[in-house]
Amino acid sequence: MLNSLQDLYHIIPLLIVSGGILVSIIVEMYSKDSEKILFALSILVFGAAGLFSLYSVNNVSILFNGMLATGGNVNVFSFIFNIGAFIVTLLSADYIRKYGTYYGEYYIILQSSVLGMMLMAGAKDLFIIFIGLELMSISFYVLAGLNRKRYNANEASLKYFLLGAFATGFIVYGIGLIYGTAQTTSIDILTVRFPQLTGNLLFLAGVLLFLVGFTFKIAAFPFHMWVPDVYQGSPTVVAGLFSTGGKAAAFSAILVTLAALFNGNVGSLFTPYLIFVSALSMIYGSIVAISQDDIKRMLAYSSISHAGYLAIGLAAGNSEGTAGIIFYLAAYSFMNLGAFGIVALIEGENETNLSIASYAGLAKRNPALAALLSIFMFSLSGIPPFAGFFGKYYVFFAAIKSGLTWLALIGILSSVISVYFYLRIVVLMYFKDQGEEVIPSKSAMGMVGVVLSAILVVLLGVFPGSIINLISSFL
Amino acid sequence: MIIEYIPIFVVLIVAIGFAVATVLSSGIFGPQRPNSEKLSTYESGMTPVGSTNERVSVKYYLVAMLFIIFDIEVIFVYPWAVQFQNLFGEIGISAFISMFIFLVVLELGYLYVYKKGGFKWD
Amino acid sequence: MTIPIEYYLALSAFMFLVGVTGVLIRRNAIVVFMSIELMLNSANLTLVAFSSYLGNSVGQIFVFFVMTVAAAEAAVGLAIIIALFRNKLTLNIDEINILKW
Repeated sequence: MLNSLQDLYHIIPLLIVSGGILVSIIVEMYSKDSEKILFALSILVFGAAGLFSLYSVNNVSILFNGMLATGGNVNVFSFIFNIGAFIVTLLSADYIRKYGTYYGEYYIILQSSVLGMMLMAGAKDLFIIFIGLELMSISFYVLAGLNRKRYNANEASLKYFLLGAFATGFIVYGIGLIYGTAQTTSIDILTVRFPQLTGNLLFLAGVLLFLVGFTFKIAAFPFHMWVPDVYQGSPTVVAGLFSTGGKAAAFSAILVTLAALFNGNVGSLFTPYLIFVSALSMIYGSIVAISQDDIKRMLAYSSISHAGYLAIGLAAGNSEGTAGIIFYLAAYSFMNLGAFGIVALIEGENETNLSIASYAGLAKRNPALAALLSIFMFSLSGIPPFAGFFGKYYVFFAAIKSGLTWLALIGILSSVISVYFYLRIVVLMYFKDQGEEVIPSKSAMGMVGVVLSAILVVLLGVFPGSIINLISSFL
Repeated sequence: MIIEYIPIFVVLIVAIGFAVATVLSSGIFGPQRPNSEKLSTYESGMTPVGSTNERVSVKYYLVAMLFIIFDIEVIFVYPWAVQFQNLFGEIGISAFISMFIFLVVLELGYLYVYKKGGFKWD
Repeated sequence: MTIPIEYYLALSAFMFLVGVTGVLIRRNAIVVFMSIELMLNSANLTLVAFSSYLGNSVGQIFVFFVMTVAAAEAAVGLAIIIALFRNKLTLNIDEINILKW
């Protein structure tokens, strides 16, 4: 329960977003032309919650009888989610109309998905992880298929829904077994009791089922099959949110639980599974991405391989790995959102101009967009001095430190492969003549969103040391 | 311990045996003079019309979905109501306020559905 | 006399496996969805069994949450399935295959 107003102060970012949802529902009920109001409200909510998270990053505390943590890396995650959603809102302003009908629920559900992500990052109990996960996932199923007249969106939404709910089944069953054997759902108590439970097969099965369910949610190798279809069928900006916010939130929840499990290195029982997931995701994602012609599918496979790089940090299982994952997630979120944003700008009516060939000769027609997309592509492929390079650097460094040098080598190899398909787009833009005339849509808001992500990518690339020090200081 | 279940098995066998025996014996001993009236589907005296595989209007699904949501949310109220006195003794008025907030949010959803025409049948 | 916890666990594990098998082999979207609900219910059974075995009410409260979430999921899922059916007039997931490389 709330002890005082002091507690309320700590959860202001959560309160802002929850209040935003409620106000948005009321606005949508009573206003005839709610689109502009809801857009402005979402911008305000995400901006305020993101900035306040950053401002109160040092107020570390645990609230509600040890259910919810705030401050520290929870707020770093909250910043990533809110600023990511801020960028998505900017990109949606004109995109939603171009894609199809605007439905009033769009911004409301966007906000509720962000609330779910924030709960996941702040969870100190399996309850909260579950509630946050489901709030986020159900919002995502709706966002994917909100445009119900479009068949592609229906199909993407159904696939996402069926496989997402399937994964939820695994997670709930895993939580059931963990609860039964550890006799608690609190992560702190779990940490204390974990050493006595390492011999309990039922408990280990529970943790494994939990991890398998989350492997679906982070879109890593053995359970990746939904990713390309869902990203291709969903609206582009929404796919951008799935690949960044969704992945970051799932990783934050895994970090919360694994932080408990890896306490005192007993969690190394699961290292083989994490290594398996990580190595195969990297290789598979990078190799299949080469053969893709559709840019959204290419970005989807690239997202699978990025899940692999991130899982290296989990497999390393040390504090460098955790800090590296958080930095990587920040970098990845902004660069991938930028890339999806430019795809959304280039995309024509009725989901046209999504093939990679549409990017030929873009540099002549729109040098600004071409330059921005090059930044994102260089960053995604991990070329210095952009943020993506430092993300990979920290994660690989953590792997080497815990003796997984060969896994880091696989990561480097896969990065080299990925340079091919990322830079293919840059080469097309600068050195190929245009085949067909592709005019990017004029969207001032969209440009602001893309430029904002570019600025963040460059900033993260320029000051990686101080940011990683900030993150590490909370571990 | 399995011994204690034997009465249940006995009841089960008697029940199944009685049902099977009744159906079989009426088939064996009863007179059988079928005609077209007897063989037709029994619809309480009405003449059977159409096939059973009819499409149901989508409105039924809409109402069913809304019912599921608002029906299930009530399960949080039950344990709260049962434990309310203890809760009130422990944490005072916030026991009331937290459920109040929950219900307000739920009502807001209800109002939203109402305003959007989710309950309109035509 | 109480029924040992193992019996409940075996039953719920069996239900879970039936659910997983159903998701993997059935072709109708609604049946797949029902199999997923079966998985969630098997998890509920585990939670309730452990809760009564341990004399700890946390598991039962968790079941409430799982049930509400499953209800919300059912509403969203049915809505998605209806939207798809209106466009495609089929629920066979083998025929829902526009998106692929």
